[in-house]
Amino acid sequence: MTFSPELEAKFARMIEQYPQGRQKGALIPMLLFAQDEVGAVTPDVIAEVARRLKVKLVEVEEVIGYYTMLTREPRGKHHIQICTNVSCMLTGGEELFAHAAAKLGIGNRQKTADGQFSLEETECLGACSWAPAMLVNYDFQFVMTPQKLDQLIDSLKKTQ
Amino acid sequence: MLLNEPHPLEVKVLTRRYQYPQKDAIGIDEYVAKEGYAALKKALEMTPAAIIGEVKKSSLRGRGGAGFPTGLKWSFVDIKSPKPKYIVVNADEGEPGTCKDRIILEHEGHRLIEGCLIAGRAIGSNRGWIYIRGEYRIQIDAMDRAIAEAYAHGYLGENVMGSGWTFHLSTHTGAGSYECGEESALLESLEGKRGNPRLKPPFPATSGAFQCPTIVNNVETYAAVPDIILNGGDWYAALGTPKNGGTRLVCLSGHLVRPGVYEVPLGMPMMTIINEIGGGVWKGRKLKAVIPGGSSSPVLLPEECDIPADYDSLAKAGSMLGSGATMVLDETTDMVKLMARIMKFYAHESCGWCIPCREGTAWLAKILARLDEGAGTKKDIDMVDELAQGMFGRTFCALGDAAAMPAMSFVRKFRGEFEAKIGGARAYVPAPRTQPLVVL
Amino acid sequence: MADPITLTINGRALKVPAGTLVIEAAKKHGIEIPAFCYYEGFTLQAACRMCLVEVEKMGKLQPACTLPAAEGMVVQTESPKVVEARKGMLEFLLTNHPLDCPVCDKGGECELQDMVFRYGAGESRFAEIKHHENEKQWSPAVYYDPARCILCYRCVRVCDEGLGVGALGLTHRGVHAEITPSHGDHLECDECGWCIDVCPVGALTSGTYRYKSRPWEMNYAGTVCTHCSNGCKTTLSVRNGEVIRANNRDRSGINGEFLCVKGRFAFDFVHSEERLQTPLMRKGGKLEPVSWGEALAAVAAKFGEVKARAGKFGVIGSTRTTNEENYFLQKFARQGLGTANIDHHRSGDMVTLLDALKGKTGALATVGDLYTTKAALVIGSDLSQQHPLLAVQLRADYRHHQSSTYVVTSGPVREDQYAAKSLRAAAGEELAAVEALREDLARHDSLVILFGDAIQGETLRKLVAFGDSLGTAVKYVCLVDYANSRGAMDMGLLPDLGPGYQASASAGLSMSQMLGAADLDVLWVVGANPLEDATLASAGAFVVVQDLFLTETAQRADVVLPAASAYEKTGTVTNVCGEVQRLKQGPKVMGVKSDLEIMGLLAKELAFSLGIWTPDKVFEEIRKTVHGYNVPLPVIATGGSAQTMPVNGGVPVAARPELIRSAGDTLFTSGTLGRYSKMLQSVMEAPGELYKQ
Repeated sequence: MTFSPELEAKFARMIEQYPQGRQKGALIPMLLFAQDEVGAVTPDVIAEVARRLKVKLVEVEEVIGYYTMLTREPRGKHHIQICTNVSCMLTGGEELFAHAAAKLGIGNRQKTADGQFSLEETECLGACSWAPAMLVNYDFQFVMTPQKLDQLIDSLKKTQ
Repeated sequence: MLLNEPHPLEVKVLTRRYQYPQKDAIGIDEYVAKEGYAALKKALEMTPAAIIGEVKKSSLRGRGGAGFPTGLKWSFVDIKSPKPKYIVVNADEGEPGTCKDRIILEHEGHRLIEGCLIAGRAIGSNRGWIYIRGEYRIQIDAMDRAIAEAYAHGYLGENVMGSGWTFHLSTHTGAGSYECGEESALLESLEGKRGNPRLKPPFPATSGAFQCPTIVNNVETYAAVPDIILNGGDWYAALGTPKNGGTRLVCLSGHLVRPGVYEVPLGMPMMTIINEIGGGVWKGRKLKAVIPGGSSSPVLLPEECDIPADYDSLAKAGSMLGSGATMVLDETTDMVKLMARIMKFYAHESCGWCIPCREGTAWLAKILARLDEGAGTKKDIDMVDELAQGMFGRTFCALGDAAAMPAMSFVRKFRGEFEAKIGGARAYVPAPRTQPLVVL
Repeated sequence: MADPITLTINGRALKVPAGTLVIEAAKKHGIEIPAFCYYEGFTLQAACRMCLVEVEKMGKLQPACTLPAAEGMVVQTESPKVVEARKGMLEFLLTNHPLDCPVCDKGGECELQDMVFRYGAGESRFAEIKHHENEKQWSPAVYYDPARCILCYRCVRVCDEGLGVGALGLTHRGVHAEITPSHGDHLECDECGWCIDVCPVGALTSGTYRYKSRPWEMNYAGTVCTHCSNGCKTTLSVRNGEVIRANNRDRSGINGEFLCVKGRFAFDFVHSEERLQTPLMRKGGKLEPVSWGEALAAVAAKFGEVKARAGKFGVIGSTRTTNEENYFLQKFARQGLGTANIDHHRSGDMVTLLDALKGKTGALATVGDLYTTKAALVIGSDLSQQHPLLAVQLRADYRHHQSSTYVVTSGPVREDQYAAKSLRAAAGEELAAVEALREDLARHDSLVILFGDAIQGETLRKLVAFGDSLGTAVKYVCLVDYANSRGAMDMGLLPDLGPGYQASASAGLSMSQMLGAADLDVLWVVGANPLEDATLASAGAFVVVQDLFLTETAQRADVVLPAASAYEKTGTVTNVCGEVQRLKQGPKVMGVKSDLEIMGLLAKELAFSLGIWTPDKVFEEIRKTVHGYNVPLPVIATGGSAQTMPVNGGVPVAARPELIRSAGDTLFTSGTLGRYSKMLQSVMEAPGELYKQ
């Protein structure tokens, strides 16, 4: 399979960045960037990345299971990750997560029926001083409140 | 916009170029106009030994958590080794409470690049990687832009500032793993593998990235280097306390009036940081406890907090400065619930390599969840301490210790709260079945 | 060897070479430090933390498996702290390990059971619900139960480091971490089952053995695998006369614990429902069951009649029957029937090799030599497919001693992974490629050259001359196909050579000449299937076949005599490297007789005096008469191996390389025999291809 020209160019550069014969180094970035474009780490993606980096399928399987950002099933168009770790928990992260779950009608690691939203309770996002924090895909939202979350979800719904 | 309003008690070295509000990244023109890459220019005329000498003099210690003297770490690399030598930046910022490196990555990538270049020069390296956690896509993009600028202006590439020396640098993304913040797990991940830690020895200085001599340092550590070279190690050391040189970024979070990331000299009293810079406990409440260096550091009671915030003083108090993440807990904090949440995190992030960490964190998480629900017994409380001791110092890497230390300190210092939750009212209910593994 | 150092373990001062791991130092001196993940010969993991010991002046407990012994080190392996830590590790391990020992295959031979029995606590404090994942089938051979898995990574390492297959990995993390097979949900690999063997618990179970028996209900017979020529020792687990498992956990024999898919799983042909269990005789054009007495009498009558009228016999022997049987067969033919028309399916030019090596001693490599040689050259063989043990030995030599392997083949092979140099050469052009390696090869102190059937006749003489010219110690392995291919030649199943490669009084017909002759009166085939891909020209020939199955040849027979397999008899076989080993009877199959017994009974009917036909007596005669077979009896009798150099001086006749034809078996085929192994037929890799790495 081939990816978009931009991603192909990125991959070409990426593979050059590791020592000769150690191109496996590009495995995790390639899987993540391919997932961002394709929607999931599909069997095709696995086979293609394994072929390009000359690694065995099992070497790809090993990392997919390990890294939490990698997924075999497509997530929602807007993947909402809400941190409930220490700093966020202290400032209402759990309530925020419960609110999001109720609002979207889905639980942790679930996806709405229309495929627009998925929800995940996540570990520390590295935004502790601006807690509670959350991510919509790669966009951080800081110092969240249930009200701000409602507005955000409503505006995301409108952009569909 | 992440930067908080500056506080008069801050000592701005690392953050001196930032405006408030600092909207965009500091571009190369602005960076160069404000002494940027001047340290590199100076370093290019110094011998590697002289560079390491200055870093040693500065008493700079690793800002990632372990606090190992940076200059000493660099000196372990055999510069005469025929193998390539590598620079690796640990930007896998994941210790709960820590949110400082993202600021440097997002706003002043050139500072980090310059630090890497100087480090590269010090160990005779020609290539480096910045390993950034996958969630930080904004920061990865910002770093990629800064790196592109540096290449375009001759600070990176085949002839760094006309010196004839080659240095390549690129970003490398992680994909969701706390364990990859452990330097050897990070190297495994950089090589395209699971983030299982490596056996040590050999240490990275002898066999690191791709089995070549490597130094791995935190973002903030590299970022501190340009000013050390520019102004001298002695100048930097004098900013802090003996053996604890310079300034550091402290991440204040939790129940504070002004949480945020601030730059303070090493050795500033912890209560000053909390009460003056952080504005004290929010909502007029009383201080219950402080987690001084990320979630793995043992919790301190208010009376234990009247100490200077530096590596050695925190260690003496039975805790650690760690990654500089100070979490402040007010009097309403449910310590049992908090500990249960912390252990859930470690159970989730344990790589599974060794038995005590894999099984111990999962077991402790179940007991703590039960205690939190009021379904525990006194024996359970003792068991938390015992099992944590059974893990402590016996796991393959430090993650087991990181999980054990808060557990031991919580049940020892807040036993009353754990006992209060037992209540005796509820019958024994086992913890819910482990959540089935959903790949989503 | 480094200078010895002295360390103290449990108060005993021990001298060990510097750098010895503490766990090994202790073991050498009879002190057990328990461990799951430490596995001799493979990389260090330090994952199970069972081997934590207390070391003076070190704050934390240290894993003995990664700690090199140092001068003056003081170690405690049974201090209260260590005992408590061990107990704790086992308690941790058992938290999510299902206690289904009563139905677990491993129960009774489980390392975790033993460890808990010896070092564990009497009770567990764990009162939560266990984490559970369901069992999975990865292949017909391998099942995985993640709940039982303790993650010691032995399976991952034997597969990757030991074999170079690397079909197993680790996925997920934390308490969810588990082993994952090569293709997501299933395995595509060598199906050797080594992973099952090394599993300390019942996490990996064998498709053929699972839920069949308790280990203490079985009898064990250490014998030699009957498939390829490598001669692996295999221990058959037999219950009620039936083989239900094969492995070699005691690491006896030249193969240690290694077995390939054929050795470990393809014993099931023994109990195939297609197995012949009664003699058959052609009556009215059809093969009908008859008694042994009737069948033997008919054969004897025919043999006697043809001999009396000086008719023409043809005798084709086997590459799987024992040395004793082969020896007795040629004696029967030459002395009894008075014919020199005797041959077998040849797969390597041993005859030329022996002649070319005349005057040299120690020029034939043993399996053990492959693990110690400084360099090896593999010519024209897909070693890991065709000679799996030899491949594993070379790989281990590389891993442990950094030896150099050179490869000259027509296609990619697994040895390329670590080979110092790999050259591709079309069949017939190998020697030119070998010449290009001259400088590389000459650099090493010792060299083993392994070559397939492409190297024969004059080419082989040139290869030996090349070896001579290197100025280094060279040993050779002539890669032949089957369990006793080598023994068939040594015992004189050749028309022009008697036992020990001595010239036959008169040269007889080769196998192809026999099949092509129009005037053959009797064709006697013992354990071979020449008509699989050939026809018998003599339409009127009386064909007698001794075999396990109704093969193409047996279907043409006038009398078929059901024979015992190698697993059902005693006797000796000689492997590809000339190492003689003894078979031990495991299972029993009703109605069959060993080929030796069949021949003995025929000799009796015919009143030939060929000597006593018990394996021991025939072997005694071989030891006396066949050069090099005077191997030490105690070694053979106790399950050891002894190498033989079966000729002293040149071979007196011209080799006939045109008669050599390799069977081209892969890991998943085994000549005619392979067809009758359900296990070999069921794996998805079957039948496999050569040079397709």
